[in-house]
Amino acid sequence: MVNPKAYLAPEVFAKDVKKTPTRNGYGEGLVIAGEKNPNVVVLCADLSESTRSEYFQKKFPERFVEVGVAEQNMASLAAGMALAGKVPFISSYATFSPGRNNEQIRTTIALNDVNVKIGGAHAGISVGPDGATHQALEDIALMRVMPNMRVIYPCDAIEAKKATAAAAEIEWPVYIRLAREATPVITTEKTPFKFGKAEIFWQGKDLPAQAGVTIIASGPLLYEALLAASKLQKQGISAEVINNHTIKPLDQKTILASVRKTRVVVTVEEHQVAGGMGSAVVEMLAKNFPVPVEMIGVQDRYGESGKPDELLEAFGLTAKYIIQAVKRALRRKR
Amino acid sequence: MGRFGIIGELIPFMAKKQYSLQELDKIANEIRQDIIRMLLEAGSGHSAGPLGMADVFTALYFAVMNHDPKNPDWEERDRLILSNGHICPVRYAAMARAGYFPLEELKTLRKFGSRLQGHPERKKLPGVETTSGPLGSGLSQAAGMAYVAKYIDKKNWRVFCAMSDGEQEAGQTWEAAMFAGKNKLNNLTGIIDRNNIQIDGYVEDIMPLEPLRAKYEAFNWNVIEIDGHNIEEIIDACSQAKATQEKPTCIIAHTIPGKGVSFMENKFEWHGKPPKPEEAKTALRELRAIGVKITGIRE
Ligand SMILES: Cc1ncc(C[n+]2csc(CCOP(=O)(O)OP(=O)(O)O)c2C)c(N)n1
Ligand SMILES: [Mg+2]
Repeated sequence: MVNPKAYLAPEVFAKDVKKTPTRNGYGEGLVIAGEKNPNVVVLCADLSESTRSEYFQKKFPERFVEVGVAEQNMASLAAGMALAGKVPFISSYATFSPGRNNEQIRTTIALNDVNVKIGGAHAGISVGPDGATHQALEDIALMRVMPNMRVIYPCDAIEAKKATAAAAEIEWPVYIRLAREATPVITTEKTPFKFGKAEIFWQGKDLPAQAGVTIIASGPLLYEALLAASKLQKQGISAEVINNHTIKPLDQKTILASVRKTRVVVTVEEHQVAGGMGSAVVEMLAKNFPVPVEMIGVQDRYGESGKPDELLEAFGLTAKYIIQAVKRALRRKR
Repeated sequence: MGRFGIIGELIPFMAKKQYSLQELDKIANEIRQDIIRMLLEAGSGHSAGPLGMADVFTALYFAVMNHDPKNPDWEERDRLILSNGHICPVRYAAMARAGYFPLEELKTLRKFGSRLQGHPERKKLPGVETTSGPLGSGLSQAAGMAYVAKYIDKKNWRVFCAMSDGEQEAGQTWEAAMFAGKNKLNNLTGIIDRNNIQIDGYVEDIMPLEPLRAKYEAFNWNVIEIDGHNIEEIIDACSQAKATQEKPTCIIAHTIPGKGVSFMENKFEWHGKPPKPEEAKTALRELRAIGVKITGIRE
């Protein structure tokens, strides 16, 4: 059942669940950050509407900087601005930032350890018809491997708003991963959000030892994980669904507490399984509490053009596939 | 050497039809209509850039380039790199009209399973030469090819690189320009779609490029400025580029984004959206009227 302390949207399982893209939440979060802190500046590389950084531009035109199609320059301009005392957010598509400008981020932001935030929109295959070149599937890996860098992947627009505002308050480089498509609004304003703290969104029913599983999801696919959990419940399988919005640093405590009960894990993300959130979980479990893990994600291939729904289905990322993965995982349970 | 030896290499020359300027204008007009139909069917994609570059692509595929639609991997072909991949509808339409694949297939643009990806992919469609979409990396690839042809393999094929003005803002473009200038890649011709729009507004407002001609000249390029809708000028400029020794050539093609569709012309808002059904109807009506003017024939 839904964890009552998560205060999820009451209509979350309704057919007409409200849908908003997480990038909208990013735009709103920028405005909140800008209101709170006069040092917040926003940079954009010719994608102000798509990244929703235009929300900030409209409110604080004097703190908005358009750099043109120049993501590498943007990353290091931001590093310079941070060194001059500002809190810059750089906005583009994830394939270009942190993709195109990866080394600039590595040296001038992460190694330098300056207070720059990176908003990467259009992450995942759900970008749809634009095709593989625009569907970032490796950005979590690129970012989480860098020392000093923090990584947040919000599950919906409300959480993206909170995450963006929160990013402005922590003095670390932060990567915020965002999606293009409108996705279900799972949370409410009351849902707890604390940077670095994973939340249990669906509680397993007493988790009988043989039928319990921990599903760890990041980003909008968390919705599919919740759908899977509610269906599994009807089949007598008890899942605990964790919203793992902060991929780095990983909330070991919350994850381990659940996995110690269930002793089996399914991870869910719209990213290559290599190097993504699931990898981060597996690395942590291997060291602390090795258990069988099934990973839902993109299996070492590029995306392609198509409708977002079509692609999620073709790439095996919907509730149906999560349920299959849970059953595979349970069979492997020791 | 191609699969059929010397003869095989001669076939494209022998088969190459000479089109009159009027015929070329007509083909460009048909390509514009194809673009509108493709985008309508796809429900997403870019309108302004493809329409603006229809004349350049017509000139390249039907008059300038040495290529063989039935043998897209022919080793001696001229290479066309499309750096600003988002305008691929114009390339797809030109390729279909040139005989690379059936016109019918244009309808599959941006759909699941299609060879016509939203941004072109080398491994999906023979003849697109390289994968593109992320801006600013085409000229480097074109320069890499031209370097091989000129210095390593000593081949006569030429390389064309279509670029946008927006991507002149990307640093990599100038790294490539510097390399091509240093290496005197006279077998390389860059063609810039100088339409003065990008996503967030007019290029000269977002990040001014002018004086663009002087920039390329300073990088040791030969620069030719043309009206990108005058096919004769496009062909002439490509001939001049071919005759130029010791320097790569940059053709700055001044174009009107959305050319041929009155409500799209010069509007950056049409950079990345497709026409709605009613808009497509109007667009096709306008384009057909232009077609009648070119040929005097009503369909
Ligand atoms: C590296 C990179 N950054 C950003 C983008 C997103 N983008 C796609 S088209 C475009 C506008 C560039 O202007 P231009 O190519 O001149 O557009 P057009 O004239 O065709 O409208 C941008 C920023 C991209 N494709 N690649
Ligand atoms: Mg342009």
